[in-house]
Amino acid sequence: MSADQEQQSIRCLVAKVGLDGHDRGAHVIARAFRDAGFEVIYSGLHNAPDEIVQAAVQEDVNVLGISILSGAHNTLVPKIIDGLKEYDAFEDTLILVGGVVPDDDKAELKEMGVAEVFGPGTPMEETIEFVRENAPER
Amino acid sequence: MSAEHEHADLVADLLEGKHRALARVITKIENRAPGYRDLVSQLHDHTGDAEVIGITGSPGAGKSTLVDKMADYYRDRGETVGVIAVDPSSPFTGGAVLGDRIRMASNVGDMDVFFRSMSARGSLGGLSTATTDAVKALDAFGKDKVIIETVGAGQNEIDIVKSADTVAVLVPPGSGDDVQMLKAGILEIGDVFVVNKADLDGADRTVQELREMVHMQNDHTAGLATGHHGAGGLPADESGDDDTTGDEAADGWEPQIVETVAESGEGVERLVETLADHRAHLESSGMLAEKERMRYAEEIRNLLREDVGDMLEGEIERHGGMDDLVERVRKRETDPYSVADEVIAPIEDCLDEPE
Repeated sequence: MSADQEQQSIRCLVAKVGLDGHDRGAHVIARAFRDAGFEVIYSGLHNAPDEIVQAAVQEDVNVLGISILSGAHNTLVPKIIDGLKEYDAFEDTLILVGGVVPDDDKAELKEMGVAEVFGPGTPMEETIEFVRENAPER
Repeated sequence: MSAEHEHADLVADLLEGKHRALARVITKIENRAPGYRDLVSQLHDHTGDAEVIGITGSPGAGKSTLVDKMADYYRDRGETVGVIAVDPSSPFTGGAVLGDRIRMASNVGDMDVFFRSMSARGSLGGLSTATTDAVKALDAFGKDKVIIETVGAGQNEIDIVKSADTVAVLVPPGSGDDVQMLKAGILEIGDVFVVNKADLDGADRTVQELREMVHMQNDHTAGLATGHHGAGGLPADESGDDDTTGDEAADGWEPQIVETVAESGEGVERLVETLADHRAHLESSGMLAEKERMRYAEEIRNLLREDVGDMLEGEIERHGGMDDLVERVRKRETDPYSVADEVIAPIEDCLDEPE
């Protein structure tokens, strides 16, 4: 194996934003992404939108997975998207939302620039496949 | 040449202080993206101002929490900080969970602490090259302090902290009996030893054991360094049982031991001062320049090895590929030594050519 060969890797930030304290799902996703060969940065609980933006920009992740169970997605996600735009990081970051999101809100989130919303019970393979197919190049 | 243009823009943006550009440059370095070497060589001219500190120690020693508090301290003094945290990756899938960021709580929302997680990506040697290059990017960006945080679990990790001017090794209390202290490895690379979680039972004992180890090591290296010096090299009449007059290592620095409680920030000021002392020592003794020379020599060698490695890959292909060569060796048609001679011959010929 050549020492100088390219070593592309899909980098994902798994972020828990807002007040809800349940991160079991985020842990499961982080683990599944790791097993799929991705590099996962887990943000920990209770992050503010600007913390997520800071992490996504500095880590230069291809994928930002936001897990929200509190129902506050309509206020939190736009803040994150605005922050990413401020640092020119919106265009080439694949934004995913996981959690409990009503159908009407789903459409709205997608309009804002969220690539996909994964509700409860989504098979892990589906999410991983989606990331593989849509993660922007670096 | 769009890649070239892109890189020129990236370098310009990085030097201008754009975080996104810095992040992307580090990604290019990590990915060894086409042309990444040109990118790094353009940065070289702008480096040399950052103080590079390596932090290592066993998992759970409290490195991330301590780094967070150090960064906070530097920020309070108005200095900017870059952190590179290296974590292992799975040898099977290449995947990794990089979790050190969680503990950077004191610096949340402060873009002037640039924290970047890096995975080992299962590479041998390549990781230290990537880390050194990432340090250059942070240096060129204008960071005053660059902290490399890594798990001191293997040889590779030791190589990485060698790219730091000052290395601090974290030793948690009760991390083993005195036999552990005798083992070779990460304890030999420390300029400063940090007994973190100093509020736990057994901390005093660990400090004591470290102190003994430091002295023993210094006696040893002092003996080596003065082996062929004449009288006066080893003052036989000095008792050496006083802490402050203990023999110093070849570079004239006696490793210091600092106690901290990273959770509460206790001892962090003392640690930062000790790191600064070491830095001052490096500068005044000329060791800093010496370290720099060694580092660049190593870097040049690494790059050349990579290049020659690439050339050899081409030669191996020309000889029918590794599988073919192996099969011939297995069938006893030839042997590994002859194969190596055969493959390297054209390269040797080129170099031997007269004129």
